[in-house]
Amino acid sequence: MITKTLRAPLVVAVAALAVGALAGCSTSGTGDSSSTDAAGGTYTWWDPYPQHEEGSDWANRVQACGTEAGVTIERTAYDTTALTNQALLAAQEGTAPDIILLDNPAVSTLADTGMLTTTDELGLDTSGIDANLLAAGELDGKDYGIPIGANTLALYYNADILSAAGVDPASITSWASLTDALAKVTAAGHKGITFAGINTEEGSFQFLPWFWGAGADLTKLDSPEAVKALTLWTDWVQKGYAPQSVISNSQNTTWEEFLTGDFAFGENGTWQVNSASQQPFKTGVIELPAEKSGVAPAPTGGEFITAPVQNDTARYETTKKIVDCMTTPDGFVKTADTFAYYIPPTSDGQDKLLEEHPDLTTWVSAVQAAKGRTSDNLGTDYPLISEQLWTAVQSALSGASSPQDALTAAQQAASSATDGK
Amino acid sequence: MAISTASAAPPTRSTQASAVARKRRPGRLQGSRWVAVGFAAPLVAYLIAFYAYPLVRSIDLSVHDYTVRAFVQGNAEFVGLKNYIDVITSPLFGEAIGNTAVFVVASLVFQYAIGLALAVFFRNNFRLSGVLRALFLVPWLLPLIVSGSTWAWMLNSDNGIVNSALQAFGIGQINWLTSPDTSMLAVVIANIWLGIPFNLVILYSGLQNIPTDVYEAASLDGAGAWRQFWSITFPLLRPVSAITLLLGLVYTLKVVDIIWIMTKGGPANSTTTLAIWSYREAFGTGQPDLSPAAAVGNILIIIALIFGFVYLRTQRRQELS
Repeated sequence: MITKTLRAPLVVAVAALAVGALAGCSTSGTGDSSSTDAAGGTYTWWDPYPQHEEGSDWANRVQACGTEAGVTIERTAYDTTALTNQALLAAQEGTAPDIILLDNPAVSTLADTGMLTTTDELGLDTSGIDANLLAAGELDGKDYGIPIGANTLALYYNADILSAAGVDPASITSWASLTDALAKVTAAGHKGITFAGINTEEGSFQFLPWFWGAGADLTKLDSPEAVKALTLWTDWVQKGYAPQSVISNSQNTTWEEFLTGDFAFGENGTWQVNSASQQPFKTGVIELPAEKSGVAPAPTGGEFITAPVQNDTARYETTKKIVDCMTTPDGFVKTADTFAYYIPPTSDGQDKLLEEHPDLTTWVSAVQAAKGRTSDNLGTDYPLISEQLWTAVQSALSGASSPQDALTAAQQAASSATDGK
Repeated sequence: MAISTASAAPPTRSTQASAVARKRRPGRLQGSRWVAVGFAAPLVAYLIAFYAYPLVRSIDLSVHDYTVRAFVQGNAEFVGLKNYIDVITSPLFGEAIGNTAVFVVASLVFQYAIGLALAVFFRNNFRLSGVLRALFLVPWLLPLIVSGSTWAWMLNSDNGIVNSALQAFGIGQINWLTSPDTSMLAVVIANIWLGIPFNLVILYSGLQNIPTDVYEAASLDGAGAWRQFWSITFPLLRPVSAITLLLGLVYTLKVVDIIWIMTKGGPANSTTTLAIWSYREAFGTGQPDLSPAAAVGNILIIIALIFGFVYLRTQRRQELS
């Protein structure tokens, strides 16, 4: 009886609630950041550095740029993945911040949604920026941001192990000489090399220097050059020059392995320079060798400063001032210092940095040789290709299939995912 | 139904309140009905916001083509069942179904068998049995990120404690998590360990409901422990077993965390279940693919539903007989 009489009012209540809830979803939070107090207002700033808290050098530097432009900056820090998701949500609701510092492979993804302004629209000067670094933020011929600094990968070595095994790091200029060195150190009872082959973006990031160093191209994953690069890694694992754990290593885990002091070599990034100098054993760094000779292009890492589209275009003028403040040669060097060795993306900035820290020469030339992952106009196709690449690396390293078969399958999957590109 | 409400025009608040105050009769339906609605409203709102809306949204996602661009601009193209067709014809689909089946069946069989054995064991109260039983609950209490990482460390190929123990007995290195042949075994072992407490607790409470005089009568008739288990415990526990297995099935189908922490579905997709596949499409790569992820997720829900109906059917048949 009760249920019978209850039903109709219930339906009404439910419908009312549903409408209310939906309306709440779609209207909430418009116009937070677009409130029009252009002069002397508050500008919002998002970055992926939660480790730099309020009052830290970095936070103060951001604020100083705001003060210079005559506004206060409200800074919010997210971790890298959360930042991309938050940015997408904010753009959907029309509440994007004035400035976002974005990890470089995310720039073309967000640019493709139409939520970022181009550097031309904002009137930014990008002529001084190294072309190889700027390219990561390029989509269909337009630039969507400026790198505030760059980092990349190189090969750290344990100098104690190398000298005990009689290996001169300067002699390592090709895959063959590196493999010889690995043979010598493992014969001397040490472990060879550690890298990150995990099935995430980090795995592709670490494999790319070898992939590109063989002359392979991301648009053709199953080329003979690509097979050579994957065979190199697979052979190292099979011969015991690299541990089994590389298959599941993230870049952090692989660094921890290197820090045990048992490994002769560890592939890792600019961000570990400080940590490397604090170890009880002597460390050094060389550039990653290409197959035959010379330096392999490593993928660029680092953040871009971008300006999301605003309803109120009057805000762009001040936004431009803030961006300019961050991207002067002096500003680049300050950023590099604040972040423990972020390499400036202009030659002026690099010269200035080298005056203060001559020991960073290897890193500066590694950054100059580096290549953006989304370059070659891959843009939003890169994440799709990268997923297939790390899957192939996993299949080959774990012995599930041969490097050739793994890459053939990867190419098929990648071309169907990117509609035949 | 419609007639009864139409005839009962809602009175104004004051008269309604006074009416209720004057004569509190169970027959005054108008008052009690609105009060009942008021009480039910929070629950209904909760159900809609947290169950119905996500479900509808998930179906909505799966029949549109939500790229990142479409997500921001809100103009996703309607593609009907294309995402489902793509998912089902993908070479990964068969593999994921196979992996899911192996993972679920192996986990359930061992979780149930070990859980039941322990429940029967703890039925006999002995000294410290309470403490021991509490210890068996530890896997349940630990955050999954802790137990998952710990299992991953223990099963590490080069430095893991499991391999160093095996090596002490002369067994060579097993690449638990890094070989496609053993990775499924490794995550199943971890998941069994995680699931035992759940089975133990439910089956143990089921055992409490079996009257002791049945056992007394059986032992008078000369039935041994083994015979008692198969002729009394197991048959009388059947309804509890069925619900345990059904809940276990639903929990195991949707497991993402433990596999994601230990292998991320690798190496070479050897531990990619449907749940992992869905998660990876949505959050595991640089480019969120929400639509195929929702399609895989919905397929998973349908599988769970099918087993739910099988359960209901067998239960009804049991009640009828």
